[in-house]
Amino acid sequence: MSEARPREPLKWTAAGLVAGARMAVPAMPVMALFSMAFGAYAAQKDFTLSVATLMTTLMFAGASQFVAVDIWIHPMTGPTIVTLALVAATVNLRFFLIGASLRPWLGGLPAWKIYPALVVLTEPGWLMALRYREEGGSDTAIVLGSGFVLWLVWIAGTVAGFLIGAAVADPQRYGLDVILPVFFTALLVPMWRGTRAAVPWAVAGVAALVAAWVLPGGWYIIIGTIAGAIAGGMQDERA
Amino acid sequence: MSVLEPLVLLAIVVMAITTALMRVGGFWLMGRVPLTPRVRRMLESLPGAIVAAIVLPVIAKIGVVAALAVAAAAAAMVVRRNELLAVAIGVGVAILARATGL
Repeated sequence: MSEARPREPLKWTAAGLVAGARMAVPAMPVMALFSMAFGAYAAQKDFTLSVATLMTTLMFAGASQFVAVDIWIHPMTGPTIVTLALVAATVNLRFFLIGASLRPWLGGLPAWKIYPALVVLTEPGWLMALRYREEGGSDTAIVLGSGFVLWLVWIAGTVAGFLIGAAVADPQRYGLDVILPVFFTALLVPMWRGTRAAVPWAVAGVAALVAAWVLPGGWYIIIGTIAGAIAGGMQDERA
Repeated sequence: MSVLEPLVLLAIVVMAITTALMRVGGFWLMGRVPLTPRVRRMLESLPGAIVAAIVLPVIAKIGVVAALAVAAAAAAMVVRRNELLAVAIGVGVAILARATGL
């Protein structure tokens, strides 16, 4: 994310929305498979289609939805709602950092142009937006465009998975358990800027491995990421 | 059965609001923190840091099948900048590796 190219002034156009939607196409199959797996899982766990669809529509955060379904109880109680809120906060804490990383690029925009895009932001949309920016792109509407269509895919996939059910409920059978790491790695490859810039990545990976080993739940993602960011901050300025 | 009753609705709305606050909170907060070069470098390390922090523990958990799948996808991405192809190759390698008993 070096300032390699001269930047055009930022804009936010309808054409950018369309370009964002088009940019999101490679992420759609992965999103669809994941949301289908969630729909199937919710069906298995005795959710009604309306509850599963509402959750998927309002949250749009796969990992936390799976955990929520896991600890869900019928009938729902107040204390469980508190637990669910804590799960949503911790599992989705990484979005806090993801949003933070967009500040240098999008900080100058009026709130109504950026906050809707943040609400439908996911890792794939974020990584693709950063690459677009790095390649000199200046239309910030792509963030909303890609987030919005991926959100629609997410909802449709949940409904489809709920109805199809068992066929997608066994992720390991079709290699679906590796699809997320595979996809995220693929999105990261174009961001490779040599070994020096990758030192923070390595720090993050090692810290996450250690944290995953000693801590329960999904804390390793946050701990690893923060360790990597600190390592990045400590590197001295060099070309 | 979890039907749409008031407490279920409340649970979903509370989780949705919490998630949305996470999504907007970091961006909002960074508007109140001076973007020094150091902070900027930290933010620029985030994409790789998050991906590494998600991917490596999954590889450690699943094992050599996941390592092969991720390596194959990365290699495919280096050769051809095509995410879908890379994902297909990565997942294909995982299926093949399992078929051979890994």
